[in-house]
Parts: sequence; structure tokens; C-alpha cells
Amino acid sequence: MEEETHTDAKIRAENGTGSSPRGPGCSLRHFACEQNLLSRPDGSASFLQGVAEKSRERLIRNTCEAVVLGTLHPRTSITVVLQVVSDAGSLLACCLNAACMALVDAGVPMRALFCGVACALDSDGTLVLDPTSKQEKARAVLTFALDSVERKLLMSSTKGLYSDTELQQCLAAAQAASQHVFRFYRESLQRRYSKS
Amino acid sequence: MAAGFKTVEPLEYYRRFLKENCRPDGRELGEFRTTTVNIGSISTADGSALVKLGNTTVICGVKAEFAAPSTDAPDKGYVVPNVDLPPLCSSRFRSGPPGEEAQVASQFIADVIENSQIIQKEDLCISPGKLVWVLYCDLICLDYDGNILDACTFALLAALKNVQLPEVTINEETALAEVNLKKKSYLNIRTHPVATSFAVFDDTLLIVDPTGEEEHLATGTLTIVMDEEGKLCCLHKPGMFPPLQS
Repeated sequence: MEEETHTDAKIRAENGTGSSPRGPGCSLRHFACEQNLLSRPDGSASFLQGVAEKSRERLIRNTCEAVVLGTLHPRTSITVVLQVVSDAGSLLACCLNAACMALVDAGVPMRALFCGVACALDSDGTLVLDPTSKQEKARAVLTFALDSVERKLLMSSTKGLYSDTELQQCLAAAQAASQHVFRFYRESLQRRYSKS
Repeated sequence: MAAGFKTVEPLEYYRRFLKENCRPDGRELGEFRTTTVNIGSISTADGSALVKLGNTTVICGVKAEFAAPSTDAPDKGYVVPNVDLPPLCSSRFRSGPPGEEAQVASQFIADVIENSQIIQKEDLCISPGKLVWVLYCDLICLDYDGNILDACTFALLAALKNVQLPEVTINEETALAEVNLKKKSYLNIRTHPVATSFAVFDDTLLIVDPTGEEEHLATGTLTIVMDEEGKLCCLHKPGMFPPLQS
């Protein structure tokens, strides 16, 4: 009766660590980790990288599981594979949007759509939505996943120090921004289905 | 009779308690379990702490070793956390490489250390560009009964406060490090982050310090880490689970 959702995120290393024997659920980072076990301090950097991917996968998977109507498809496994083509900041938010669009494209029944919005907080408290890689070096970066029905918070992942008033401000800004993302979803789907 | 009902309809059984604003183990909705801490129990480690939150038991051991710093941060040491959830703590874990839950917990602890600036990495520097300390923090769960993230954060903080590093001088003639084990000093802990986990029920109720059963029945979990100034270091809400009956 249960339906599983697997998420594999295969991310290519920037310096081209080469290809690894790809088994099911085996990510490229794991290979890099094994090489660097020769000198332990470097092992920490690459080990944490692989673990960061697992953490991101779990966030995306839990968000998808909350909206997908799993009971309609018993004994089914839905695999969402995300391949990063280029990372210019707000990576997790972009992954969430891609996952949602892919699920819609596949015709998977969902109880709501979801979108990812990232915002960065500067040292003087200015809020920047959808930060670039350079803007992400700010004091704090917060990523939220919001649903389309009531703009409820499905998932949040934050980095850095901030106060709770700043959190409320970021959440309000993200909820306003999600309107734009959902309008974009609607327009692109309308364009796609009007052609066929 | 009650045991039969609990097995057949665990969520309904739980809801009966929630209506009276209490939980099966007698706690209020906002009440933590009895917490005990034991510091410095592992003599072979440089710092250690054992934390019990009710039945959940986590032990943290910190070992300090030498390392060469990276070229882009020549005066920064390393703090490397690792959370291990072995099969002895719960039947849901198998032996072998770390499962997803252990990796997510390790990443969470690494984020807390990074965001809260609990230790200034420059304090771990012995000789810039040549020698730094690396602190390997190993957190092992001995009994898993929910709320593992709070217990791990607490154990890590207690163990780091217990760490004593010996004085190290670089001999100019031989360029070797000389360790003076007689002169030890504590680490400079700058902030004290505390984690609080909540379980979300039916999208309306928030329950503090969930046990293993409560985590399984909940719609979602939420962990907030704050330091003593009231700043949030981490808001960890890893999505919601699908409702058990939709």
C-alpha cells in the first residue's frame, strides 16, 4: 500500500573528477571521498560534500512525498533524478521547482504544486530574493518550499545566523514571490498544452 | 483492550490523549523528558559527554589531531562531526555504510557548528600555513527514542566544553612540533547553541521533544537551534510526511 519516492541527485564536480561506476543510488561525490581518504583533513571536505547531497536529497524527497497522492499508486516507486547543469546560486530552490514541473509533466497526481524560493540576508538586514552565488556569501541564506493552495511552508533549510523577526520577514517575502513562480508554472503549462 | 486499540489504530489512540492536552507518557505538550548529562567519562578522548533525553542516549567523543591547513584558509583549523546510528540503538538501522538518517544528522550538526560559530576556527591554529588542530567529534547514539538532533547538539556542546588541548610549540631548529602534555587549556566556546525539536500533528498541534513513536505518527518535524542571544542558527524543517489517512 505504501509508495516510495527515491531521489537521486547526481552532481558533477567542478574540477571534473571523472566518471565513477554508476550503481543505483551511487553519487559521484562518493568516489571522490574514497580517493581523498589518504590524508584525513582533505577527507573531511569531500566527505561532507557527499553528505550535503544526501541532506538535499532528503529535503526534496520529503517535500515531494507531502504533495504526491501516493495512495493512488500502490506498490509504485517514483524516481526523481535531478542533474545540475549550472549552479548560479539558489540551487536548492531551483531543484525544487524542477522536481515539481517534472512531476506535473509525468502526470503524477498531486494534492498541490510546490515551489522553492531562496532569500539572502545581508549583514545590515537587507533582504535579497533569489540570490546569485556571490550574494549567497551573505550573513544568512534561507530556502523555503511553499505549496500552491495556501502558501503553507512545506520545507525550510537555512544557513547562517538571523533573528526571528528577520525569519518572519523572509517568509512573508518568499510567500509573495511564490505567486510569481506559480503564475509562471500556469503560463508555461498553458503554452505547452495549447500547442498540442 | 487499550493495547489492542493502540496496535490497530495508533493515530486515533494518540489523538485521544492529545484532546486532553497530554501524551501517553504523562507529559504536557510543551514538556521535555528528564535530561541527564555525564561529562568526561571517556578518558581516552580529549573531551567527551553522554546525554540522556528520556530514553534517547547519545555519547560524544572529541579527539584532537594535527593537520595541515588548506591553502585558501591557512589559519583555520577543522571541526569534523560525524553522527553514527548503529543497529544497537534501534531495529530500523542495519549495519554497513551510514544510512540516510545518520548522514542528514551529520550534516545538521556540521551546519550548527558552522552557523553558530561555536568555535572560532582561528583558535585552532598552531602555526599559520603549517599546522592546525582538527577536532574529530564522533557522536554515537546508544538508544534511539526520538529527538536525536537535540541530544546530539547538546552532547556536542558539552563535549567541546570538556576538551582540553595541550600547548604546542614549533621548535625552530628541527621544525617539529613539541607537545607539552602538562600544560592544557580549555577551548574558547563563543556561543551555546541549543536545539529544540517539535513534532507537528494534523497541521495544528506542536509537540515538544517527540519520542520515537510520536515522530513516526507525526505529520512533520521541525528543529530550531538558537543561541543565548536569541539568534536562530538553524531552522530545519525537512518537509512534511504524507498524512497517514488522506
